Amino acid sequence: MTLVSGWGRFPVVDTEMLLPRSFEAVGEAVVAGSVARGNGRAYGDAAIGAARTIGMTAFDRVRSFDPTTGRIRLEAGVLLSDLIDTFGPRGFLPFVVPGTRFVSVGGAIAADVHGKNHHCEGGFGRYVDSILLRTGQGETIEVSREQNSDAFFATVGGMGLTGVILEATMRLRSVETGWIRERVISASDLDAAMRALEAGDSATYSVAWIDCVARGRNLGRSLIYLGEHAGRDELAEGAAVFPVGKTPGLAVPLDLPSITLNRYSIGAFNELYYRMGARRAGGDDVVSLYPYFFPLDSLSDWNRIYGRRGFLQHQCVIPEAGAREVLGDILDRVARRGDASFLAVLKKLGHGEGLLSFPLPGYTLALDFPVKGDILNFLDEIDRVVVAAGGRLYLAKDARQSRATFEAGYPALPRFKAIRKSLDPACSIRSKLSQRLFDEV
Amino acid sequence: MTSRMSVLVLGGSSDIGRAAARAFAKAGYDVGLAGRDAAALEPDAADLRARYNIEASTRTFDVLDTASFDGFVAGLPVLPDVVISIVGLLGVQQKAESDLAHATTIMRSNYEGPSLILGLFAEKFLSRGNGTVVGVSSVAGDRGRASNYVYGSAKAGFSAFLSGLRARASRGGVHVVTVKPGFVRTKMTEGMKLIGPLTVEAPVVGDAIFNAVEKKTDVVYVSGIWRLVMLIIKMLPEAVFKKLKF
Repeated sequence: MTLVSGWGRFPVVDTEMLLPRSFEAVGEAVVAGSVARGNGRAYGDAAIGAARTIGMTAFDRVRSFDPTTGRIRLEAGVLLSDLIDTFGPRGFLPFVVPGTRFVSVGGAIAADVHGKNHHCEGGFGRYVDSILLRTGQGETIEVSREQNSDAFFATVGGMGLTGVILEATMRLRSVETGWIRERVISASDLDAAMRALEAGDSATYSVAWIDCVARGRNLGRSLIYLGEHAGRDELAEGAAVFPVGKTPGLAVPLDLPSITLNRYSIGAFNELYYRMGARRAGGDDVVSLYPYFFPLDSLSDWNRIYGRRGFLQHQCVIPEAGAREVLGDILDRVARRGDASFLAVLKKLGHGEGLLSFPLPGYTLALDFPVKGDILNFLDEIDRVVVAAGGRLYLAKDARQSRATFEAGYPALPRFKAIRKSLDPACSIRSKLSQRLFDEV
Repeated sequence: MTSRMSVLVLGGSSDIGRAAARAFAKAGYDVGLAGRDAAALEPDAADLRARYNIEASTRTFDVLDTASFDGFVAGLPVLPDVVISIVGLLGVQQKAESDLAHATTIMRSNYEGPSLILGLFAEKFLSRGNGTVVGVSSVAGDRGRASNYVYGSAKAGFSAFLSGLRARASRGGVHVVTVKPGFVRTKMTEGMKLIGPLTVEAPVVGDAIFNAVEKKTDVVYVSGIWRLVMLIIKMLPEAVFKKLKF
């Protein structure tokens, strides 16, 4: 048995960890209580099997690629970082990238991850045409919008619970360069931030960084980052058409004492960050896609800054109507509490693709908290606000929501369960997350 | 016929073999993958074609079947610019201590076969006047240790063969690289206890092999710390060394 956790390092769970090397071996590995795991970037307990965890990173082959259409067939363990490094220089990028590039394609489908372009271009699943799925009852089936479409929409965003994703066919975006034309807008409070995101609707990429320490008049003080793919003619003289993505050099070598992050250190950091960003505000800069999309990837093992006990990310989405009041309420509670987030991100979302996909039209807010004190009670309190507003929590980040919160947020759950039942009557595919949130056993 | 450079990887299904193939393909080389089961290598060849828009082919090669080597080399459509041997067998030391057949297989897989096939390629390269031969040996060959001396001695023989071959071939325009990876997280080491700071991932070894060929390095310790570790281990007096349990 091996102790395994998600990116948040909470909870830590004993599970049997297998690393199969062939699809036949994957089939043999599926026993009661198994789930597939990609690169382990889900924060909580989504990629930990109830009894056994099937690591998929050995499946890192590209099957075929058509440069005329951007269509690619690949194994589920291919990382987005690999896709970007390999196909970027050939003029192709994934349509959707989350905040880290070190996620597998299988994981990105299972969580139907979103990026800074969700408000206008949708999530990862929208660009997936078909999936090769090994179901819990032992069948290997191809699922798509045309063929086994129920299984397809249950698999996109289905947290790996419809079966093991073996391969997928998806489309890549054709780009001229690997650079982003970035515009930074500073917003002095939440109203201004939401107005700026609203105005940024026409931008391909948009996201807001919120200073969670700022209170009162400054509540919701933010920097908004808008982005567009830059053309060749916008690059500086002599710049490479595709920048090099450096392997993370700087690492957090050990678990920092949990006292490192306190309201004073975070407050000072946030103040500095806001002022530096505000100074850049207004003009356009052309920046490499790597720092634009993946600012934290340059610091490997950054999850260790929250100390040995790990951290929780609370990511909710609030429907657009009434979002202003609800977000203000949550931010106010967080600011008053004092151990505010190191990272707080606000972004507009559109419709989700799969039955259990997280996005719905509205605003998503992501907050990080170290695991300590009464944090679990505090997050339950926030959940009640989210549920009352018709919102929900992101399963890829979740480690602690209650069944009631989950059921209230995901009205398609009964339909998902019915499809899962038809693919896997014995419920062999089970994760710690599914046990916690909806399995009957 | 293309005018691109080409590399042949013997032991193409190993993790290091796959990583080396990717490093060369990324730089525009055409790739040949050789292993006991050519059909099993096809998905990797397809991966290289899809990623890097190069030619990739597969062929059957069994390092224990030395009688087939002449035919194998003669049967290649093109003599490659670079040939890399990643073939090897860790085996089970305890079993090899009393099971002579197993010990023989370890010795032949790590010394006899790799040396003979690379020697053969070096002759062809010398007649042509250029080429690079790469042998993946091991730090285990730097000094025989109680826990793996059957494997280690075979690797020591292979390292010595490469060293001599390098001295001779360098006069004829042919370069020989010896690679000593140290601990690598691969299929071969799965389940073994590896020491974190001394352990690298297979792609790091693949890149190191490519860089060594480009820069004409003679001996590569993939992680620099291994050079130091092995220097210390080599310098220990035998009287001390024999008391160490590793």
